[in-house]
Amino acid sequence: MPEKPKVAFYWCASCGGCEEAVVDLAEAILDVVAAVDIVFWPVALDFKRKDVEAMPEGSILVSFVNGAIRTSEQADMAHLLRSKSKLLVALGSCSHLGGIPGLANLFDRESILNAVYLESPSTVNPEGSLPATHHKDDGHTVELPRFYNTVQALDQVVEVDYYVPGCPPTPRIFRTALQTLLGDELPAKGTVLAPDHALCDECPRKDTKPERLSFVEFKRPQQVLIDEQECLLAQGLLCMGPATRAGCEALCVRGNMPCSGCCGPTSRVKDQGAKILSSLASLVEGKEEAEIDRILSTIPDPAGTFYRYSLPASLLHRKKLDGCHCKNR
Amino acid sequence: MPDQSQETLRKTWQEGTAKANTNYVRRRITIDPITRLEGHGKIDIFLDAAGQVERAYFQVPELRGFEKFVQGRPAEEMPQITSRICGVCPTAHHMAATKALDALYQVDPPPAAKKIRELIYSTFMTEDHALHFYFLGGPDFVVGPEAPPAERNVLGVIGKVGVETGKKVIAMRRRLRELIALVGGKAAHPVFGLPGGVAKHVTSDMRKQFQDVAAEAVEFAQFTLGLFEDVVLKNTDYVNLILSDIYTHRTYYMGLVDDSNRVNFYDGQIRVVTPEGKEWKKFGPEQYLENVAEHVEPWSYVKFCYLKPVGWKGFTEGIESGIYSVAPLARLNVSDGMATPLAQTAYEKFFSTLGKPVHHTLANHWARVVELLYAAERMTELAADPLLTDGNIRVLPTEKPREGIGVVEAPRGTLIHHYQTDENGLIQKANLIVATQNNAARIAMSVEKAAKGLISGADVPEGVLNKVEMAFRAYDPCHGCATHSLPGSMPLLLRVRSHTGETVAVLRRDFNGSVHRE
Repeated sequence: MPEKPKVAFYWCASCGGCEEAVVDLAEAILDVVAAVDIVFWPVALDFKRKDVEAMPEGSILVSFVNGAIRTSEQADMAHLLRSKSKLLVALGSCSHLGGIPGLANLFDRESILNAVYLESPSTVNPEGSLPATHHKDDGHTVELPRFYNTVQALDQVVEVDYYVPGCPPTPRIFRTALQTLLGDELPAKGTVLAPDHALCDECPRKDTKPERLSFVEFKRPQQVLIDEQECLLAQGLLCMGPATRAGCEALCVRGNMPCSGCCGPTSRVKDQGAKILSSLASLVEGKEEAEIDRILSTIPDPAGTFYRYSLPASLLHRKKLDGCHCKNR
Repeated sequence: MPDQSQETLRKTWQEGTAKANTNYVRRRITIDPITRLEGHGKIDIFLDAAGQVERAYFQVPELRGFEKFVQGRPAEEMPQITSRICGVCPTAHHMAATKALDALYQVDPPPAAKKIRELIYSTFMTEDHALHFYFLGGPDFVVGPEAPPAERNVLGVIGKVGVETGKKVIAMRRRLRELIALVGGKAAHPVFGLPGGVAKHVTSDMRKQFQDVAAEAVEFAQFTLGLFEDVVLKNTDYVNLILSDIYTHRTYYMGLVDDSNRVNFYDGQIRVVTPEGKEWKKFGPEQYLENVAEHVEPWSYVKFCYLKPVGWKGFTEGIESGIYSVAPLARLNVSDGMATPLAQTAYEKFFSTLGKPVHHTLANHWARVVELLYAAERMTELAADPLLTDGNIRVLPTEKPREGIGVVEAPRGTLIHHYQTDENGLIQKANLIVATQNNAARIAMSVEKAAKGLISGADVPEGVLNKVEMAFRAYDPCHGCATHSLPGSMPLLLRVRSHTGETVAVLRRDFNGSVHRE
């Protein structure tokens, strides 16, 4: 019997939703288990590391890595898996673009540690203890991985062959990607394994999208009763559909809420946030600068809205660090 | 169950409880291990000069810093942003955040919106508890703790209960998740929660789908309870294991209860009982800061919760120590009953068998199945409610936002979201007490106790890994490795070091369950 292809899963800074997406294959998961040999599953690190180290270079056909790179341990693992795998695939928004944990790039390590361990109202920490990479406790040295200043997408740390988008990828996107990767004809390196057109094209409300949108103000979802049929942009809500890759079948819109952009941009767009911002700015219904400013000021959090999932991978990457030239660590 | 075996069972429980009580009086635990069950686990055990376990550190080192990076984000985005804390229980974070927004904007959602929220929540609890029982915790019992590790997984469970039943389990999970997506957009990271209501109304066609699946879910939960009784309760070895001192801790317990002190996942007051089972305090979510505090250790990214008025006394149990526990066993311990009939019957049997309160961590598995039945029954009730399909699902906020606290029972325990905003509703401060964090100190004690009870010198028996793992898997730790492992067995590294710091033994268990000695 020919050897089954070896597949690995690993997770970095993520929520586990991508693992659920794999389990969401439901009945089909039994076929996956039958078709491939899973040699490594996301949860391990040090312990499994020796196993992976012992494998010949390139002996794993595909490694799916989800989660962003937030700590030294995660970066090390990304390098190791890269060397052992023929194909390294970034699975889900965090690995693809940095994801929601990537919003931490609006801050630095110190302010994050302070917020969690010193400033939280329920924390009682009179000695001001912070987690340390090496700590001597009763003569025992206990170690923790280093928490980086900056969150990175997977391809900012190692070379990535393919991307599976979504937060998390839908079962359909994941199943199709898996079939493609196990098939005979691989797409061009660097391909995002999902349809390469904007979400609006597959939106159930696309027929209600006006020929030309225009905005006199932007609405926040709690301020309006949201119609369940009409295009959300036409209702003044910030829907990321026009700047977001299709493939999810507009699930959030089907839940009567705007797309927040988790599948990232299409191949023709470098920076998802800049794209939606420039499209919207051109649709603002104001002539004078003051009027345009007023309309744009109804968007309360441009960075967190337009770069919800893609700040680390964007041209912005992160907030400037004072007096630090080492931008990533 | 025939009377005779019921009698044997009760006798076994009583003997075990008596033994556990004796052991409890004999020794107190005053050790400092670490625990965090996110991502991956590492247990470092330090021996003293005599070769006995001196310290055991259980670290799972991860931090993402949500409390900080949500600053500046619009509050209404919190249900979607904070759901990314956990992809296994996103609905719990989504709901706690949504309720915090109600408080923040001082809006009371219309009745239909509350029904829809609780219906989705009950569907989620049914799905999540079933996932744990069949995929994660259950294999230890259904297949057996002593079974070959490679069989101790969901496929092993299917082997034991039959392929047809196995497929039923998988199909049930899929259908429950499809229902969450039907209203919430997505099952992982849903989008329905808004201050003052929900985004989408429920049609009569959707109601029908909920009713159909709910009816099956009740049957499924009863089947699961029967399976638990047949396989676990009728097996004296398993019962002894559940009762053993290694898996027993006398702590406080915390959970949400309704007006009649019955278990409630969606709403109510936080009730805390003492290790003797007496009510210590009952308080509203807005009083959490007076009652809950977090302790920091420099060797862990996790913070350890304790009852503030009782105080942090180190990793020790008993009435003097503020350490408490949450999740299914805790919820049953703090309540006076269940709000649905079948679950109430199961609840009565649980306590008539075990006495109250129950301190045996592994009894969480039984408690979880009792709750599974409640969640399914509650789904049925809500799906049948005429108000469910009412189109009035939103109250638009008119008040200026300032501060809001939202609490729900996540599958893994009490979950608290607390936000402060500026007048424009942008987050200035957020404080999150995540379900598993409430259990962190007790889990740490469990790992330590298991290590001390099972390990002596460098001669580590290979079965130790699963038994140590069982000590924390019973809590169903959020983000736990177990929750993400397809075969249901978590890779683990256990390292034993001598008093000079030298590594004397390393045991590793792979994802497929095989154990290696290095």
